[in-house]
This record gives sequence, C-alpha cells and structure tokens, in this order.
Amino acid sequence: MANQVGAVLTPGPGLRRRRRTDRLMRASATAAAMLAVAILAIMVGSVAVHGASQLSISFLTENPAGGSLVGLAGGGIANAIIGSALLVAVATAMALPMGVLIAIYLTELSTPRTARPVRLALDLLNGLPTIVTGIFVFGLLVASHGQSGIAASFALAVVILPVITRTTQEMLLLVPRDLRDAAHALGISRWRTITSVVLPGALGGILTGVVLALARAAGETAPLLLTSSIFSSHTTLNVFGAAIPNIPIDIFSYSESPFPVEHAKAWGAALVLIVLILVGNLTARALLARQRRRLGVL
Amino acid sequence: MLLCPAMAHAETTATEADLRQIGRSGGGLRRMADRFGDRALLGLTALASLAAVALIALVIDRVVAGSMPSISKFGLGFLWHTTWNPSLSSGVRDSNVFGAGVLVYGTLVTSAIALLIAVPLGIAIGVYLSMLSSGRLAAVIGPLVELLASVPSVIIGLWGIVVLAPFLHSTIEPALHSALGWTAIFGEPGTTGLGIFNAGVVLSIMVLPIIAAITRDLFLNVPRELKEGALALGATRWEMIRTVVLHSTRSGIIAATILGLARALGEAIAVTQTIGAGTAIKASLFANGDTLGSRIAEQFIGAVSKLQVSSLFYCALILLVMELMANIGAQLIAGRYARLQGAVR
Amino acid sequence: MALSPVGAEAPSRTTSVPFAIDARQSMSPEPAEAVFDLRDVSIYYGDALAVRGVTMTIPKNVITAIIGPSGCGKSTIVRTLNRMNDSVPGFRVSGLVGYHGQSLYAGGVDPVEVRRRIGMVFQRPNPFPKSIYDNIAWAPRILGLKHDLDERVEKALRDAALWDEVKDRLRSSALRLSGGQQQRLCIARAIAIEPEVLLLDEPASALDPVATMSIEDLMQDLKRTYTIVIVTHNMQQAARVAERTAFFSLDVSEGHRAGILVEYADTATLFTRPADPRTRDYVTGRFG
Repeated sequence: MANQVGAVLTPGPGLRRRRRTDRLMRASATAAAMLAVAILAIMVGSVAVHGASQLSISFLTENPAGGSLVGLAGGGIANAIIGSALLVAVATAMALPMGVLIAIYLTELSTPRTARPVRLALDLLNGLPTIVTGIFVFGLLVASHGQSGIAASFALAVVILPVITRTTQEMLLLVPRDLRDAAHALGISRWRTITSVVLPGALGGILTGVVLALARAAGETAPLLLTSSIFSSHTTLNVFGAAIPNIPIDIFSYSESPFPVEHAKAWGAALVLIVLILVGNLTARALLARQRRRLGVL
Repeated sequence: MLLCPAMAHAETTATEADLRQIGRSGGGLRRMADRFGDRALLGLTALASLAAVALIALVIDRVVAGSMPSISKFGLGFLWHTTWNPSLSSGVRDSNVFGAGVLVYGTLVTSAIALLIAVPLGIAIGVYLSMLSSGRLAAVIGPLVELLASVPSVIIGLWGIVVLAPFLHSTIEPALHSALGWTAIFGEPGTTGLGIFNAGVVLSIMVLPIIAAITRDLFLNVPRELKEGALALGATRWEMIRTVVLHSTRSGIIAATILGLARALGEAIAVTQTIGAGTAIKASLFANGDTLGSRIAEQFIGAVSKLQVSSLFYCALILLVMELMANIGAQLIAGRYARLQGAVR
Repeated sequence: MALSPVGAEAPSRTTSVPFAIDARQSMSPEPAEAVFDLRDVSIYYGDALAVRGVTMTIPKNVITAIIGPSGCGKSTIVRTLNRMNDSVPGFRVSGLVGYHGQSLYAGGVDPVEVRRRIGMVFQRPNPFPKSIYDNIAWAPRILGLKHDLDERVEKALRDAALWDEVKDRLRSSALRLSGGQQQRLCIARAIAIEPEVLLLDEPASALDPVATMSIEDLMQDLKRTYTIVIVTHNMQQAARVAERTAFFSLDVSEGHRAGILVEYADTATLFTRPADPRTRDYVTGRFG
C-alpha cells in the first residue's frame, strides 16, 4: 500500500481538477483586490475629471455668487474652505487633550477593571453612526441655541475622539517598556516619567493621530447637517454665532440640486476636499513610518 | 494640554543622561511635587476617561429623551407601521402619524445588499493581501484599499448620483432584469438609477475596506505552522485557505461582518443622495426607498411638527440600539475567537 | 536520556564518544535502493547562499539523521526535499534534487503531488483546531480518499501508537492532547495519506523526555514502511534512532557563511571513527 515504487510526480486527473479550482480561486482573490483598487481609481478619477473643469482661482477665493439664489454659475467656495478649516481646528482643539489624557490613562495608569468601561465607551463612540452624533448634539445644543460653529465642532469632536485616543494608545504602547523601567529605577516619579519620557517618545505618533483625525473630521457631513447647514454666502468666523458654511455641506446640497451647474460646483468642492484628505492620509502614513523607524519597530 | 518643559526632548527618545538629569532636578520640595504630580496626572486622566463614559451615557440619554413623545404616542408599533405623514392639515387622513416600517425595511435591505457584495469581496481581498500577493505588491495595494475607507461618504454619494446611477440604469439593471426579472426583486429598471440597489452598492464600497482590513489581519495571525502543516499534507494553497485559514478564523470573520453591518446600517449621507427618498415598500430593488439614517438627513431640518422631530429622534434611537447590539455582538464573538486563538498557541 | 546500554560489541574507538551507540544501528543493512539522490545542491534565499554543494544519497526504509549546529541549513535542506520552501520569497535551488531518479524541481513536477508523497512533521506540534478524527481525516477527504475513512483514521492512529489513548474521544478537540500526543497525532495525520517518505524536522525538540522516547520508539516501527529523514540538533537522538547520519556545519571559507555537508556515513562510523576533524570536534563536544 504505502510504498508506491517509482515516482509519478506530475499531476493526475484528480490533482489537475484540484489545481484548476486552486488557480481559479487565487485568480478571483487577486481580481477582487484589483477591483477595489479600480473602484478607488475610478472614484478619485471621476472627482479629478469633473472637478478639474470647475477649479479656478476664483472658485477657491470667492464666496458663492448670487446670495441665496440657486442655480447660478460663477462664484466660489472660499467661505466654506475657511469654515471647514475653522470647524475642524476647533474640533481638534477639543478632542486632542481629552483623547491624549484618556490614552495615557488606559495605557499607563488604569487597572484592567477600570479600563473596561472606558474601552467599551470608546468602542461605542467609535461605532456611533455620525447622524446619531448629529442628532445628539442637536438635542443638546442646537434645539435651545440654534445652529452654531461651536455645536458643529463639538459634534466633530465626538466623532474624532476615539480616533485620536486609539492612535495615541498605539503609539504609547510602542514606547519600549525598558525606558519606563529605567526612569523608575532612577527614582523618577510616574508623572515625570510619563510627561518627560513616554509622551515625547510618542509625540510623532500622536501627531499622526491628529492628522488622521483632521482628515476624518474634514469629510464628515452628517453631524454638520444638523448643526451647521444653514446656507450663507458670507464668511463667518464667529463660532458662537450662526451656522458656519463648510465644504461637506456644500457638496451635499449641491449634489442634491437639480441644476447641472450646481453639480459642477459639487465636483469642484469634492476635488478640494479629497485632495486635502488624501494629502492628510499620506502625511499621516509618512509620519507613522518615521515614528516606527525611530522607535525601532519594523 | 500637558506641555511641561521637559517635552523639549521631543525629537529624540530620552537617553540615560536625560533621565539622570530629570532625576536630579528639583530640590527639597521635589518629593512633595512628585506626589502632587502623580495624583494630579491620575486625577486628570481618570476624569477625562470618566468624561468619555459620561459622553456615551449622555448620547443615549439625549436620544431617548428626544424620542419620548414619539415613543409614548406610537410605541413599538413605530417599528413596523408604514405611514409617515408629516402633514398637519386636519383634513388629511392619518395626518401627523409616523411609523418607520418603510425605513427599517430600507435600512435592512440596503445593508444586506452591501454585505452580500462586500463580505465575499472583502474576504477575497484579505486572502490576497495576507497570503497570495508578494510582499511588495501588498505594501502598495493594502494602503490603497485603506485609502478607499478615507473617501468621505458625501463624495461617494455624489459619485453614486452622477457616475454610478446612469451606469446602473443603462447597463446593470436591464441585464439583471432580463436575466432574473422573473423574481420580483429585479423589477423594471427605474427612471434614474437611484434607489435601494444604488444605495446598497454605494454602501458596499464603504463596508469593503473595513472587511478587507480586518480579515487581512485575521489571516496574517493564523499561525504559520498551521498553514505549513496543511501544505505538507499535499493540500493546494486554496484547500489550505478554505479548510484551515477560513475555518479557524470564522468567528473573527463574523465579527468583521457585524462591524461592516454596523457601518452600513448607520450611514445617512451617501444613502440620502442615492436612494431616491421613496415612501413605500416595493418588491423591486430598483425602486426608490428610504432608510432610518437617510430619513433623518432629509427631514430633520425643516421638520414641521414636534412629533415629527421626535419621530426622527426615535429613528436615531433605533439606529443606536442596532449599533449597541452589533458592537457588543462583535465583541462577544471576537472574544471567543481570541480565546480560541489562545488555545492554539 | 540515553537509555540504551553501551554496546559491548561496539567497534574499537578512535574517538571517545560521550554517549552510547545503540546496537540496533551497528548492524549495517544490506545496500538499499536510493530514494533521494542529491547532486551538488545549493540553496539560496535571494542573493544569500544558505547551503552549498550538498551531494548525498538517502536510502529506502532507513532512518537518516541530519545533525549539526544551529544555522547550518539542516531545516533548509530537509524542507527542500518536499518543496516546502517554494513559498519562501527568493528561494532558489541549484544542482539536482533527485527522487527515484526524477528531479523534484523539474518542470511539470507538481509541488502538491510531491508533498502528498513526501510527508513532513514539524518542530512544534501543529494540529488543526479540529477534532482528533477530523485532523486525520482532513487530508484523505481533500485527496478524495473518502471510502472507509473510519478504518483509515483508525489505522493511522494505530500506526502512530496513539489509538489506545484516544479511541474513546475521537470527536474531542486535538488541542486538548498533551504535546507528545499532539506530535504523534501529526505523525498519524501525515501517514494517513500513505506517503513514501516522512521528513521529521526536529520532531521532539518541543517535547519532554518521556514523549521524546515514545516518538523515537515509534520511528523504529515506522521505518519498516516508510523512509524517514530526521533533522535533530540532539546528537544522542541521532545516535539512538538513525542508521545513517549526515553532519552539516557552517562554512565561512569562501567569504560568506553557508551550510555544507561535512561528513555522511553510517551512524556508528560517524560517531566513533569520524573521518573529518570538524566532525570529531562536534561529536566529542569540543564545538557547538
């Protein structure tokens, strides 16, 4: 039975059939990966092609034309670009200290028992549909005080808090254990170790988290829909006042419009947004690679 | 923020010399300062963490509070009643009556389409990235797939309206209708290409990177010994993948699917853009429809009555409950997976 | 660990060996048919040369041991015998790896078919996270050997001396077995598809002495049916189980480190009258 004399190592009919299945399935998996890349290429390509014809200096530097009249050609999205930058900056200013503090607590100071509810809360916040975040902030702030930049920024801060916390946590964990032990062995207190050894070591990584969070916040639409969506053709800088115009809401309302000229504006705004986000993501990737090299992690 | 002077060492990781320097700095008050510093840092970070827990509790509280009027008026029947009539004029039958039946149906069906497309594709991409591609190619394609996740939903929705809708309308929908039209779900193509089917496809593009990234990591974590053990027994690569890798990671795959489902259930913007705001349940997937999230996005601004606002809150509450269940379900299943992995090691 | 008595009839020694040679290996078998025939085999990973210029013949139904210090390419060479290295990026082999007179690396040779005929057991036991039964039945099912599956499983477990220990819990998870039982299960799994050769890559290095002895006893039973090649870093083990032993070492003479075959002989000869001074140093413990 066992010892077949001689050796036929070329595939028999059974193996040839199994080989065909093998090749077919491997080709399918490869095709799936290529399809995903193709979808990304088609999507970015569509935005580039449609958006490029709209893009001009005036599109970037002028406010929308014609006041609140719709369907007019010309004008730009300058107020929305400034507004988006403002909202995202304020949101990051709110979420960053909080996220870093939570990450320090979870990686350096918590016990497994106290960490559990915090982790669960962050997981739930991370999975919260952003439209629910929007409706929550509406109920909390907008229902009583009306739409405002600060309400919108708060909503964005809720969205990016888990992002910042998670990246910071990952970076803190990358800082070698030895470094902390060395500091303790020298009789240095915990808070000094954390603020002067651990945090600086993780700074590059925290920066990565911030950039990722900026890119995420810049593209969020649903939370802004309920907190900062009232059309304005002016530049607004007062976050405590009225709604602040921004790029995602511009894209959204232009895309829902029946006028082709406004679809074109939507593409133009989409191109601006996607360039900002892709640049942000690539920057974050570069920062992360640098940080890992620095900490000697492959 | 936590900027203390010693953060000037930001650019290089602290060296022994730095540490000794820090150790020496400070005089007689150092010990007291250290005790205070330790307490302050613990207090501050614990407070921030508590705030995160309070935040999610506040979210639940506000959404429940906002839904109360609608809950007390319509009860659980809201989940399946299909009338949604914001009209206030008293002459109209069922005016100011709300039920989310159409929306619940639309949410489930669009999410199901998204998963049907994204789960097999996402697993296939995970397989490709973890086991089939050469390292260099995976290093290019992996990040590109992740980049797909960073395209904002409002842009995917715009693409769904302008690029995908005409394509579906002129090519895919007629083909599916002529081949499978005898099943009611592939009815006559609509007039615009917008509808439940389009929304499902758009959602699948959002779910795909999630499934691909999670399954790739799952497959990479299957011990090499198991993979080699299968190959050494004369299995082909695909037989190894199907019977050892996919089999031993199945609870992880289910958890990934649930996380993808949570993403699809909750998406509002891109669905609003592509689903065509239908008001009734229709058999054909090519018909217009609506989902919980997209109804909120469409009607919240400009809602005419308190009860309508409250009903939209109620929709958000349903989404919130779905998300809680999905999240906890995924964690339970993933936890079982982690224990299983632990046993293998 | 060496339980066998010192062979009184052992040949006169030119080297003092710090352990015993089992009498079983001292009787030289009649010249056997060659299963593997390696001619000037060199193995590369990318540009790095891992093993250089190996020429050796591995006979049928004999246990051949490959010993040597770590990093000398023992595992590399044995993994080349069933094309397990094919999936390692940059792997390349030159020279001739003959198997029954046919080159294993010739075009048209299917690595899957090669592995079906040349089974392998690894350093760490690697049962699948399935039941004991399904571990054994897994490969026969894939290969389409579905008739009399129960008998096949029983026979494999009996041949691997595991049947009596597991016959009442075939449906329970293989992961609940002890390390030694898991390794015998892996051997049972390999022989369930009736290969001709068993390659054992340090099969006992993760096991305790008792489990190791049971694996070694098992090998003596298995060699009647199978040709066995065992890689081990444990010289005593080679001396106990193998008829033929090949000593590999690291060579740095040509500017880069590469594994080479230093000496290949009957086990008794290699351990008692080694021809090469490097072998003598190694077996008497002056090196490694």
